[in-house]
Amino acid sequence: MNNPIASDAQASDIQPKSALRQKVGAIWMKTKSFFNGNPPAIIGGALLTLILLGALFAPVLTTHNPDKRVARPHVAPNAEHILGSTRNGRDVYSQVLQGARKTLSVALFAGIIATVIAVAVGVTSGYFGGKIDEWMNFITNVFLVFPQLPLLIVLAAFLGQVGSGVIAVLLGVTSWPWGARVIRSQTMAIRNKEFIISAEVMGESKIRIILVEILPNLISIVFGGFLGTVIYAMGAEAALGFLGLGDATEVSWGSMLYWAQVSSSLYTGAWWEMLVPAIALSLTGGALALINMSIDQVSNPKLKTGPHLKLWKKLNKEANKRRGLV
Amino acid sequence: MSFILRRLSFYFTAFLLAISFNFFLPRMMPGDPIEAMFAAAKGKMDLAQMDAVREMYGFMNGSLFEQYISYIQSVFTLDLGPSVLMFPIDVTTVVGMSLPWTMFLALGSLIVALIIGVSIGTYASYRREGFFGQFVPPFLAFISNFPYIVTALLLFYFFGLKLELLPLAYTYDPSIDPGLSLEFIGSVAKHAILPMGSMILVGIATWVFNMRNAMINVLGEDYVTMAEAKGLSSFRVMYRYAGRNAILPVATAIAMAIGFSFAGSIMTEVVFNYQGLGNILLKGIMARDYPLIQAILLILVSAVLTANFIADLLYVWLDPRISN
Repeated sequence: MNNPIASDAQASDIQPKSALRQKVGAIWMKTKSFFNGNPPAIIGGALLTLILLGALFAPVLTTHNPDKRVARPHVAPNAEHILGSTRNGRDVYSQVLQGARKTLSVALFAGIIATVIAVAVGVTSGYFGGKIDEWMNFITNVFLVFPQLPLLIVLAAFLGQVGSGVIAVLLGVTSWPWGARVIRSQTMAIRNKEFIISAEVMGESKIRIILVEILPNLISIVFGGFLGTVIYAMGAEAALGFLGLGDATEVSWGSMLYWAQVSSSLYTGAWWEMLVPAIALSLTGGALALINMSIDQVSNPKLKTGPHLKLWKKLNKEANKRRGLV
Repeated sequence: MSFILRRLSFYFTAFLLAISFNFFLPRMMPGDPIEAMFAAAKGKMDLAQMDAVREMYGFMNGSLFEQYISYIQSVFTLDLGPSVLMFPIDVTTVVGMSLPWTMFLALGSLIVALIIGVSIGTYASYRREGFFGQFVPPFLAFISNFPYIVTALLLFYFFGLKLELLPLAYTYDPSIDPGLSLEFIGSVAKHAILPMGSMILVGIATWVFNMRNAMINVLGEDYVTMAEAKGLSSFRVMYRYAGRNAILPVATAIAMAIGFSFAGSIMTEVVFNYQGLGNILLKGIMARDYPLIQAILLILVSAVLTANFIADLLYVWLDPRISN
């Protein structure tokens, strides 16, 4: 167990250190303590790093052109095509790497749009209160009770086969209410804290109070909400793709599922065409969820389990012994 | 009482908004969806029937406002016009046939997931430092966050296709007459295991985490320590003291979960070829059967709103303070 107090003392010993290096050091310490003694975060982080690297270096890692017919239909995994080929003779390994780029960028883009709206609505609503809050809360609740995915399916059906950009925007503008609700209640909780009131008394502008005083206290909740939206958006993209509502000519995990379904690959025994994108989706979702769970522990340290709790018990016991309670 | 009235008026407003969305959607789209739909019907409908659909949509002579009023009228009289896909059966009948199955799937899996999840969450918070508390919640978080469609596909492949344990399509064996016989109920149950199971798997983590987090906050309270000090059994402390208070914030999450559950049901039905709304929705999309698609959206919205209202009533029953 590394002792944060000792390392802080070390850091202050070495005085001549640039501000930037100090900042990097602080971030590094925070990252280290986030993963330290937290197996879910380590597993999730490692998986996600692997997936992101795969997506990032897809052009280098792919062995074949994912858009071209490079093999006979439904070739089983072998040395040449390590994850087999699709009904249309595409290389599954190259497609799953290429598809990661599309699927993950749609999910990230949708997550960013939703998070921006959620923060704007949630903080405004929670900070200003009154009539503004009433109206914004009403809109949030309406969006919240509508079944999002059926709404999206119908929208996509009317628009015809839509590209991934449109899907990302649609997902972003429909999936913000969950985040907005949590952010609103958290803003309301800190709105009457002394540091906010003193900032108001000092005459700080409302914008500054929101950006400098309130937002930094919401970071872990905002980021948790962002990851949640990314997970949801990825699933929704896959679902729309699977139903044939996305652009089936683009290579994404959703469109891979669609083509696998169209060629009834599961029935003909070509499991790799369906299961490879399915497993890619599930691992990404699971990894993001593990990280999200660990972020929850940052915003609410009470939720910690495992080594943290053991450490607390040990310290508690020592303290009790000192007080002569045991 | 005023709480319930407030909620009722909220749901009514939300329903009106959904109708308006449905009304404006075909009018906002590029091109004329009605024309596209008739092209897709490929001469299955004659001119008089097309006019009937047109009228149902309110595409008649008159201002936009008049069209809107007549559309609302046709919604409230359940006169949603004929379906293009299953012509000449009207949309209301088609939807009415499949809605019960979707409700069964969505609400059934929600309730089962809720019960199992809350129990696991309670226990996990109580045994937080043990193996159960450390291993089970992250494990469930991992599997529960597979996309709906993926969980359904994986179960479909392994339990349906590979092991051939469970049926792969339909709501019940077509050779059995529907009725209150043991054979029929058995068949329905057998056909529901996989679709429901996949939805339960996806839904369960929400409840485990909601309950666990709420419990952890409650477990620090004095009355829990007091109950333990009195020497009550840990089961009693867990469920009668801490659990009862921790369940309140969990109950508020039900409202959100209902919409998710219906959406999940739509996806699951497509994978398992289950004869619910989702399946018909997909067929409707393929055939560009816009009256059917819109009717399904409307009926889903009303089902979700009704379920939400029931959840509100449940909440009042759980926490009577709210009604004042």
